Amino acid sequence: MQSLTTPLFLIFALAVIGYYLAKSRAMQVAGGDIRGLVSLPHQHALNTALATVVPPTAAVLLFALYGRFADTGPSWLFTLVIMGLGVTGFALSLIGIKTNSRARIFAERWILGLLIFASSIAVMTTIGIVFSMLFETFNFFGQYDWRDFFFSLTWSPNFRGNSDLGIIPLLWGTLYVSFIALVFAVPVGLFAAIYLSEYASPRMRSIAKPAIEVLAGIPTIVYGLFALITVGPLLRDYFAEPMGLGQSASSVMTAGLVMGIMLIPFVSSLSDDIINAVPQAMRDGSLGLGATPSETIRQVVIPAALPGIVGAILLAASRAIGETMIVVLGAGAAARLSLNPFEAMTTVTVKIVSQLTGDTDFASPETLVAFALGLTLFVITLGLNVFALYIVRKYREQYE
Amino acid sequence: MEDMIHMDRAMSTQQDIKISARNVQVYYGDTHAIKDVSVEIDDKTVTAFIGPSGCGKSTFLRCINRMNDTIDIARVTGDIRIDNEDIYDPKVDPVQLRAKVGMVFQKPNPFPKSIYDNVAYGPKIHGLARNKADLDEIVEKSLRKAALWNEAKDRLDAPGTGLSGGQQQRLCIARAIATAPEVLLMDEPCSALDPIATAQVEELIDELRQSFSVVIVTHSMQQAARVSQKTAFFHLGNLVEYDDTDKIFTNPQDPRTESYISGRIG
Ligand SMILES: Nc1ncnc2c1ncn2[C@@H]1O[C@H](COP(=O)(O)OP(=O)(O)OP(=O)(O)O)[C@@H](O)[C@H]1O
Ligand SMILES: [Mg+2]
Repeated sequence: MQSLTTPLFLIFALAVIGYYLAKSRAMQVAGGDIRGLVSLPHQHALNTALATVVPPTAAVLLFALYGRFADTGPSWLFTLVIMGLGVTGFALSLIGIKTNSRARIFAERWILGLLIFASSIAVMTTIGIVFSMLFETFNFFGQYDWRDFFFSLTWSPNFRGNSDLGIIPLLWGTLYVSFIALVFAVPVGLFAAIYLSEYASPRMRSIAKPAIEVLAGIPTIVYGLFALITVGPLLRDYFAEPMGLGQSASSVMTAGLVMGIMLIPFVSSLSDDIINAVPQAMRDGSLGLGATPSETIRQVVIPAALPGIVGAILLAASRAIGETMIVVLGAGAAARLSLNPFEAMTTVTVKIVSQLTGDTDFASPETLVAFALGLTLFVITLGLNVFALYIVRKYREQYE
Repeated sequence: MEDMIHMDRAMSTQQDIKISARNVQVYYGDTHAIKDVSVEIDDKTVTAFIGPSGCGKSTFLRCINRMNDTIDIARVTGDIRIDNEDIYDPKVDPVQLRAKVGMVFQKPNPFPKSIYDNVAYGPKIHGLARNKADLDEIVEKSLRKAALWNEAKDRLDAPGTGLSGGQQQRLCIARAIATAPEVLLMDEPCSALDPIATAQVEELIDELRQSFSVVIVTHSMQQAARVSQKTAFFHLGNLVEYDDTDKIFTNPQDPRTESYISGRIG
């Protein structure tokens, strides 16, 4: 095994040297008068440093991305090649320094290249995730009928085989919990945001805003515990049992409410920023026509902020759909199709975890189903985001 | 037309006082923006505020409909009365006051709504229209008066924010007159308008004078001379001179007024 640390370190050192060499060489070429240069010394310096560092680093990253180092590690040849790349870039750009060379433009190109590279890593990773999920999902559908997966109404995995792996009860649980969470979090968060941005005094705001944001810093497992020991029993004793709706402390309602609390800071903090970004002139225009503050908010401020608010809500929805810990502890693990919000149910994410923990072999449909579940979840959140974009764009066309 | 205006002006002596301000001071934090201004503005008259940039014209104008309330650091003292009622009295509802005292802001600020909804906003809030046909009529009349109807009639559903700067300015004028205020405060309403639209807006101002009082801030001496009967000259937060427009422009009493209108300060 051959480590790449030393060669990369050498290349970086070379880049630093190149930076100062290029700077002084540019000064030298100019004869001390930098007005004679088309590109300034620090632009030559930047060009040289980037030309030294970028090609070898990119090569290493590309190879790593394609998994070429997995078994053998980088070969001697590869190390030589990247050193060669670095030295070539270093030498070529140093030699190229003349009074009329356009290092400024080259440096800009290097930077542009770097930025494109960074964004393509993000895109590639997403594509990579989707493909690995797709691959396992195909394996799963090779062993299990997709019609049963999508349309069967029962979920009862059995590790000795012959399981019912219908997604509908899980999806139902996910959507039900998320729905309750949003019904709770959206009005509360939005009203809190309106209060903070439109009515609260600066002093009040400086206290209340961080206080709400503290909620966002609480780990979800702590919320889960809160659901398990406080909210669940409370709901059971004061609502479910008196109303004859069940004796379970774990329930969709418990998980939904606690998840709603978790989502409040998301909705309120984002909406608050968005509402604050609505120009004061807009409010002045409305108030100047004799509208009351609440009319102004309802008819001018909120419509102007709506695309952002919709975005905030959908972001909260994605969080809700992907949430796991609160559901495990709050809603239980029983897959069930029921309308009663005081009954225990479970969600897609919880089942992904439980299918993959414990004694697993990655060939049986009982474990592979986790990937199909994950992919389905991914498609749903993707659809949600596309839908959000559509709404935002439609609204923009109308009003801007 | 010039002659007609002059005739009107000659007839309109002896007015009732609509707005009376006494010893008004405005502070923005520590900045003293309006210094002890007292002025009486007549009913059914156009009053022009002139003065160099930053002298406090907008600030004083915003006192008259209490728009300075929306600026946290602004503090207004003194006594401003409209129809002899103290508008800074705690019992006065600024919302009601602003329905009565309309304002066109210095920077056009159309709502992110359609042109129609921009104009219909005030009438809807104040319940001025009994039905859709009524509302349509108010919208059309206001847009016509603001000289925007011809450009806007085919695109009433298009967003108001998509109009050009000058069109937005006229949209804001239409929006302000649609609520039929008793006093109209206009902060440089023609700053982005071409001569034809300017002439139309000036015609509108003259027409409004038949029933309302209009206060207009302008940087154009010619405009002040054309549309107003009274002119107030502000300088560094002080009201330097306030008199009949004719007198201000032909025979100013204060040397600062004289040098401003002849173009030496400002
Ligand atoms: N919101 C504000 N906060 C702080 N100071 C302000 C504010 N608005 C105005 N001022 C100050 O008050 C003074 C008067 O401003 P104002 O806007 O009334 O001038 P103006 O006469 O309308 O000028 P212009 O002709 O350029 O519109 C200026 O010195 C300005 O800096
Ligand atoms: Mg101004």
